[in-house]
Amino acid sequence: MKNTDEIQQHIKDLLSNQKLAILATSDEGQPYTSLVAFVASDDIKHIFFVTPTSTRKFANLKKDCRVSVLINSSTNQASDFHEAISVTIIGGAEEITTSKRKIYLKNYLAKHPYLEDFARSPTCALVRVTAKSFFLVKNFQRVMELHLTDEIDHTGLNG
Amino acid sequence: MKSIIPASMAKKKDRRRIGGKGQSLASMAQQGFNIPETLFITSDLYDEFVRLTGLRERILLELHRKDFREMRWEEIWDCATRIRNMFLRTPIPPKLEIMLKEAINIHFPDKPVVVRSSAPEEDTASSSFAGLHESYVNIRGIRAILEHVLKVWASLWSDAALLYRQEIGLNVEKSSMAVVLQEIIVGDRSGVTFSVNPNDARQGIIESVYGLNQGLVDGAVEPDRWIMDRENRKVIAHSPAKRKHWIIALENGVKLSHLPDTMSMQPPLNAAEAHKVFDLAMNAENFFNAPQDVEWTFKRNDLYVLQSRPITTLSPQTPKDNRGWYLSLHRSFENLKALRENIEQNLIPGMISAADQMSSIDLMALSDAALAEEIKHRWEINHKWVTVYWEEFIPFAHGVRLFGQVYNDTMHPEDPYEFVDLLTQTEMASLERNRMLEDLAERIRMDHNLAAQLESKDYSKLDASFLEQIQLFIETYGDLTCSVTGATQCDQDAQPLFNILLQMAAHQTVSNKHRKSRRTDDLKKKFLSRFEADQKSDAAELLDLARTSYQLRDDDNIYLGRIESQLLAAVQVARQRIDLQESSKIVGRPSTALIDVLADLDHRSKPTSPYERKSGQPFEVKPRQLIGQPAGPGIAKGSARVVQQHSDLSDFKYGDVLVCDAVDPNMTFVIPLASAVVERRGGMLIHGAIIAREYGLPCVTGIPDATAIIRTGDQTTVDGYLGIVTIGSSDI
Repeated sequence: MKNTDEIQQHIKDLLSNQKLAILATSDEGQPYTSLVAFVASDDIKHIFFVTPTSTRKFANLKKDCRVSVLINSSTNQASDFHEAISVTIIGGAEEITTSKRKIYLKNYLAKHPYLEDFARSPTCALVRVTAKSFFLVKNFQRVMELHLTDEIDHTGLNG
Repeated sequence: MKSIIPASMAKKKDRRRIGGKGQSLASMAQQGFNIPETLFITSDLYDEFVRLTGLRERILLELHRKDFREMRWEEIWDCATRIRNMFLRTPIPPKLEIMLKEAINIHFPDKPVVVRSSAPEEDTASSSFAGLHESYVNIRGIRAILEHVLKVWASLWSDAALLYRQEIGLNVEKSSMAVVLQEIIVGDRSGVTFSVNPNDARQGIIESVYGLNQGLVDGAVEPDRWIMDRENRKVIAHSPAKRKHWIIALENGVKLSHLPDTMSMQPPLNAAEAHKVFDLAMNAENFFNAPQDVEWTFKRNDLYVLQSRPITTLSPQTPKDNRGWYLSLHRSFENLKALRENIEQNLIPGMISAADQMSSIDLMALSDAALAEEIKHRWEINHKWVTVYWEEFIPFAHGVRLFGQVYNDTMHPEDPYEFVDLLTQTEMASLERNRMLEDLAERIRMDHNLAAQLESKDYSKLDASFLEQIQLFIETYGDLTCSVTGATQCDQDAQPLFNILLQMAAHQTVSNKHRKSRRTDDLKKKFLSRFEADQKSDAAELLDLARTSYQLRDDDNIYLGRIESQLLAAVQVARQRIDLQESSKIVGRPSTALIDVLADLDHRSKPTSPYERKSGQPFEVKPRQLIGQPAGPGIAKGSARVVQQHSDLSDFKYGDVLVCDAVDPNMTFVIPLASAVVERRGGMLIHGAIIAREYGLPCVTGIPDATAIIRTGDQTTVDGYLGIVTIGSSDI
C-alpha cells in the first residue's frame, strides 16, 4: 500500500469481489448491524443495497441516515488473520426514488441476478450510501484511511 | 469441449452430459440402428444458462424459502409454477443463443423436431423418471424450438419431479438437464416393445397404435397388444383394441383425432411387421445386455427407433415409490370433464339436500337418546362429505392448475398468477353472501336510529324487516353465529353478527363488484387470440372448465360448512341440556348418552407456540420476520386478530390483520374488514388466497404455526409481494 492509487485499487477490488456487506445503522444511539447484498459504483463513492421497507434497518435509516458498512474477504479460516482484507466505510444513506432508480437497479441486478424477484418487489427500497471515508485493514492490523471530500448531510432519509 | 453434440459424435464419457436416454440413442446410432437425425444439447449448456442468467441461485432461493418437508403439495406446485415462469421469461444469453441457432440450422434446416428431456440422473437402474420431465412433439422453427428447450429445462423443476427427487434423495443443487432434439418422423404406425414381459420372462410385449406414439405413451389411445415368444420370436396372442383415435401431426404440434373407418378395421401391424419390431427390441437388448423398452415408428415400410431404455420394473430391488401418485397429481382434460359432470349433477345437489334435511329436524323436540343418535348420524354425514370433498372436489381443483399452465405457457405473463384474474368473474356463493352482509351494513349506515339501537344492545325495538333480513341471511348461509354464542335466542344469537355489521357500517368497505370485469375480458380476448381456429374452441372449453373449477373451490366449502354447522347445532343443543341438567338439580344426573357422544367428538385443542417461554428459561425467543408464500400482492400494517375459533371473529375490527389456520368459508364475511390475511395453510390457490385476491388484500400463506406464533394485538406487517410477515415495531 504505497500510494493512494494502490489503496483505491485494493478497495475497488474488494468491493467488486465481495457480494455481502455488514451494514450498521442506529436507533437512538443503539447500533444495529445487518447483512446486505450490495453493489458499488465504479468510482467506489457509492454503495447500493435493497431492503424491504418493513425492516428494522430501514426504519433506523429513516430516523438517522448515518451508516457504517463493513466489507471483508474473510472465509472463516485461521489464514484470515494474515490474508483477509477488510474495509469499513462511513457515510450517509438515502432511498433512491428518482428516475435514476432504474439504472441503479439494473447495475445491482447485474451483480445479483438471483435477487430479481426480491429487488423488483414494490415493497423493497433501493438505498444508496454515499461514502465519506474508508478504513482499509490489511496484514492483521495495518490500517489506512481514505477520505472523500464531498460533504453529506446528517438528517434522516427523506429529510 | 462442445456443449452441443450430434448423436454420431457422442462418446461413452459424455453420458454425464447427455443423460442415459441420450447415451443409448448415440450408441445405437453409431451401431447402425435406424435412428432419426439427433442432436444433444448437453447439461453443460443448461448449467451455463442458469449460471449466466442468475437462474441457478434464483431457483435455489425459491426452493429454500421454506423447509421442503414443511411445504404442502399446493405450495410445491406454486413453487414449480414460479420457476417455470422464470425459465419462460428469461432470454437466452446471446452467446448461447448463437451457438444453439447455428447447430439447429445445420442439423434441422426447416425440419420440425421432437424436443425431449434427458436428465443425467434419469435412467439409473433403481429410479425411473419416466413421465416426470416433459417432451414436445412436432416443433417447427428456430424460435419455437428454443422456447421448448426452455420448457424442457423448466420441467426439471416440475412439482412431480421435485417431489420424486426429494423422495429418492437426490440433491436438487446437482440436478441438471440435457435436451435431445430429434427430427420428427411422422410415422403411420408407432408403438412400444418390451423385450421382456415383466410378468413372464419367456415372453415379450408389443403395443402399437396408428399415427404417432404420443397417444399410447400418455394413455389417450388404446393400443393393440401382442404377446411374443422370446424363444422363436412368434406371436403367442394378439388383443385387438377398439381403435377409435389416433394422434396426427398438425402444422405445429399434434392432435388427437378420430381414426378413419378403413383403418379401424385393420390392426396396425401384420404378423411380419410384429416380428420385425420384436427383432428390433431383441437386438437392442443384446446390444445393451439388458431388457429394453423400445419406442419405434413405421413410416411406410421404414422402421425407426425413437428411444430405448432399460426396463426398470424388472429390477427386484426397485423400492416401492410414489412416482405414480406424483404423476396423478396432474389430471387430464378428459378426466376433469368427467369429474365436473359428477360434481355438478350429483354431488352438489346431494350436499344441499343433506343440509336441508338436517335443518328440517326440530332438535328441541328430540329426547336425549334421540339427540345423541342424531349427533352420531350428523357426524357420519359430515364425515362422508368431507371424504367426498377430498376425493372428488380437491382433484377437480386441478382444472385451475391445468389452465394456469396452459395460460403461462402461452402468454409468459410477468405475474405467474395473472390467470387467476380470468377466473374471478364467476359468481361464488361466498361473494354473494358477503354482498348480502354489505346490504345489511348499508342499512345500518343509513339509519342512525337502527345503529344506535345496535350500539346500545337494545334489540327489543329492532325494526321487523331488518330482523327478517337477518333471519334470511342466517337461513341462507347456515347459522354462522350458532357456534359463536351457543345460544338459541335470536337476540343473543345475532349479537356477534351485529358487531361485525356495525364495524362494516362505520367503515365504507370495498365492494369487489365489477372490480375486474374489463380487465378479465381483455385478458380473455388476448389469450384466445393466440390460438389457431380448431385449437381456439379447446382453449375456450378449458377456460370454462377452469372457471367452474375455481368457483367450486369456494362453493364446495360453503356447502360443506352448512353441513358442518348442522352437526354443530346439534352439539350445541346437547351442551345446553347438559348444562341445564347440572345446574337445575331437578332432573337428577345429566344424561350419560349425551355426555358420551360429546366425549366421542374430537375437539381441537389450542395450539401452543414452539417459542413459548418455559419457566426458568433465562431467555425469550420472539419471531420477528416469518417467511411464507406470497399469495396476494400488496403491503399492509395492522393489529393481528388471531382466529382459532368462530367466537374470535366477533371482536374483529376494521383494519385488523386476519391470522388463522385456514380461512374457512364461514369466516370470509370479515374479509371486507381486514387489511391483510395470514394463513398457516400454504398455497396460492387456497380459499383464503382466492378471497384476498378478490378483495385486493395483501396475503401471505404457509406460515407454519401462524396462529400460535402471532398473538392478537401484535402489530403486524404483511408483505404480499415477498411473502414476509413482520411482527412488532422496529424498536430494539
